[in-house]
Amino acid sequence: MLAGYNTISMGTGRNEFHPKKPRPDMEHYIQEAGRATLKMIGGAKNVDEGVIGNFMASRFNRQANLPAFFPLIDADLKYKPAVRVEGACASGGLALTTGMKSILAETADVVLVLGFEVQNTMKAVYGADVLSGAGWQKTRKEGHAYFFPGVFSDRAGVYYEKFGREITRKAMAKWYCNAIENARLCKTAQEFHNTNKDLEETANTPVNPKGFVDHLNVFDCSKVSDGASAIAIVSEEGLKRIGLHAKDAVEILGFAHIVADVTQKPEVMTSLTTMKAVAEKAMKMAGITVDQLGTVEVHDCFSIAGIMAMEAIGFAEEGKGATFVLEGHTSRGGEVPVNTTGGLIGWGHPTGATGVHQAVTIWEQLTGQAGEAQIEITKEKPYAMSVNMGGDDKSLVAIVYKRGE
Amino acid sequence: MDLIRKMENVSVLGAAGKMGSGILVLLSLEMAKLKIGKKEDKEFVLNAIDVSQSALNSLSGYVKSQLVKHGEKNIVELRNWYEDREDLIDNEEIISQFVYDVMEMIQTSTRIETAYSSQLIFEAIKEDKALKVKLFSQIKQNNPDAWFLTNTSSIPIGGIEKEAGLNGDIIGYHFYNPPVIQKLLEIIKTDNTNDDLAAFSIDLAKSMRKIIVQSRDIAGFIGNGHFMRDALYALNLAEELAKTEGWAKAFFLIDTISRDLLVRPMGIFQLLDYVGIDVARFILESMQPSFPNEKLSHTTLNELFDNEVKGGQFADGSQKNGIFKYQKGRITEVYDLKQAKYMVTESIEMDCAALLGELPTLKLYWKSIVRDVKKADHLKKFFNELHQMDSVGANLAIAYGKNSKAIGQMLVSTKVAASKEDVNTVMETGFFHAYGPINEYF
Repeated sequence: MLAGYNTISMGTGRNEFHPKKPRPDMEHYIQEAGRATLKMIGGAKNVDEGVIGNFMASRFNRQANLPAFFPLIDADLKYKPAVRVEGACASGGLALTTGMKSILAETADVVLVLGFEVQNTMKAVYGADVLSGAGWQKTRKEGHAYFFPGVFSDRAGVYYEKFGREITRKAMAKWYCNAIENARLCKTAQEFHNTNKDLEETANTPVNPKGFVDHLNVFDCSKVSDGASAIAIVSEEGLKRIGLHAKDAVEILGFAHIVADVTQKPEVMTSLTTMKAVAEKAMKMAGITVDQLGTVEVHDCFSIAGIMAMEAIGFAEEGKGATFVLEGHTSRGGEVPVNTTGGLIGWGHPTGATGVHQAVTIWEQLTGQAGEAQIEITKEKPYAMSVNMGGDDKSLVAIVYKRGE
Repeated sequence: MDLIRKMENVSVLGAAGKMGSGILVLLSLEMAKLKIGKKEDKEFVLNAIDVSQSALNSLSGYVKSQLVKHGEKNIVELRNWYEDREDLIDNEEIISQFVYDVMEMIQTSTRIETAYSSQLIFEAIKEDKALKVKLFSQIKQNNPDAWFLTNTSSIPIGGIEKEAGLNGDIIGYHFYNPPVIQKLLEIIKTDNTNDDLAAFSIDLAKSMRKIIVQSRDIAGFIGNGHFMRDALYALNLAEELAKTEGWAKAFFLIDTISRDLLVRPMGIFQLLDYVGIDVARFILESMQPSFPNEKLSHTTLNELFDNEVKGGQFADGSQKNGIFKYQKGRITEVYDLKQAKYMVTESIEMDCAALLGELPTLKLYWKSIVRDVKKADHLKKFFNELHQMDSVGANLAIAYGKNSKAIGQMLVSTKVAASKEDVNTVMETGFFHAYGPINEYF
């Protein structure tokens, strides 16, 4: 995997964002990301096929038939195969695994993978209707106006009761502070322009159940974002074709993609059990253990989900995720820097792009191209993992990476 | 008291106007709480009455847009209201049903007779005593139990009551513009207002989440009582300054001082433009009879009016030309009364800055301090510095601030306002001032 590119994650927080002024459209984002990656791999002529990940363009942009947008990126993609995949917020991750399978099946040597979402086309109150499609629609009526914040607020409420409200809230605040501090180091991040001097106070904004949900404030939530990310997945043959070196790329050592029943409520409210299974499976395939991970990109759609992800991946025991975060292990200088450019809360969450964005970030970190946000990757811990989640622990993708040699 | 019965049939007179349409929206939301929220099984009717059919036709667009905004903001509550409606699933469906249900209560009419069946009559017609008296007495004769809540901003309510024969069934209910957004509500009881109506008025205002200030029934009440006298003072200053500097600079300077050095959201002449020169004259005229020893008029105001310089706003809310011309809300030209023409402000800005002379080094802007918890400290520092200067600008600003304070104190000493806090609340919430006129700065 190589030649990654992220557009800006556009939305509230960016200085150039104004809800009432015209903004770049989905075509713009697809072209920007796609062309940037093509440029790095010697052009569209080198590409065998395309995969596009997207969640809800059908409603946010009233657009389907997304594979047919590849030739808009470059005319040389015309008459080549392309496919669109969807698994809610894991659509980007699914695009990656779909591309990998083409490589493994030897039906392609170079796959252009792109993920995008342009969701500021409507106000958040209506966007919540669209995003609720990641859950089971038959529970929409009983759900909260802000459906997914409601789902994770309920999880947070149970978590507070079981493991302590105060320590969990503190850890959630810390998660937010880490996210913003990391995002400030990445020019494409939605919170790049954030100059708030007292992040902790902001993170501890009291909840407002009358206007929002019971156990989360808006800073516990990921952003509403427009953006696209692209990356190329290539075989060894493909690498030769585009004339780049293995050290410019990250090698995929393991990956897993699993689903759970969308019509079922969580087995345990305080655990992301499907995420646990997917992470185990990917690490097993890669033949590594959790303590060999140098960095991870996790799906922190909500701060509480980030904390629960630390437990699901195996960094902390159940109920100890909050302590793990509070002790600084997930911070930039910590044991395992998590979401080094801000994750979904700091960098942004253009839903269908997020899985690809995670891969791009890891590619940048492992190949030393993360700029200001660069962390140190040691010989003892040369591996990285991304975990992408669709819905409430329903569609999961995990990928284990290492720099090519 | 049966609040629900009173709210079953309500009329708004002047419903298509700027204030009336806002009051209509607020009332529709109150009735929605009963009809949809509490599921009261009654036929709720809200009559939107206005002389202009064409204005009534365009009213529904405004009301709908406000209801949508309200629905979007209060979606959590609305989902509870509609939890039994299994067919309504998405927020979008619930909000459109809410708008539909509320609009269904609203009926438009150009006939005053429509108000005969209403228990409550809200009035927001123009500031014309004779007209108010005529309409109220006609309604009262045909609808003896009606209560009147009048948006009168300066005419004493007691006088209207007496002439219309309302026997205590009237109260002043003075909203600020725009009623849907502005938190302040001045409530004015007459000596005669019946207790049930007074209690109801306060309950309703609380339910609308308004900040209530009760004012005595003296022409102008608190808000216009301060604003009009503040404006007259500014006109005097400008008149004096115009003798040496000409009118364009005089208007521009006093406006700048009242905005930048008094740290207010807009200058006094811009505010006059916003309200309308004609409206300001009208308010002053209606106040004058109550204050025989005070001159509540200004030749400059009359001359501006005669020269067709009127201010006020277009239907879309943009500012008409007045003492200033505006582009996208910014002052670009200023009227020279003597030459009867506008001048580009850029051409006089340098001269005006030179005239003002030395100003505080600490730059303080209304916008940046109005919500600052430490604003009192900033203001103290700023005004302290201003006091220590001896420039034309500083001296004018200090005198201006002192006069504003004196007006406020007069409103308290003549018992128009019950306390200095009430005066300050009105100016801070109704006029968005960052600090009240009765303060320690001047």
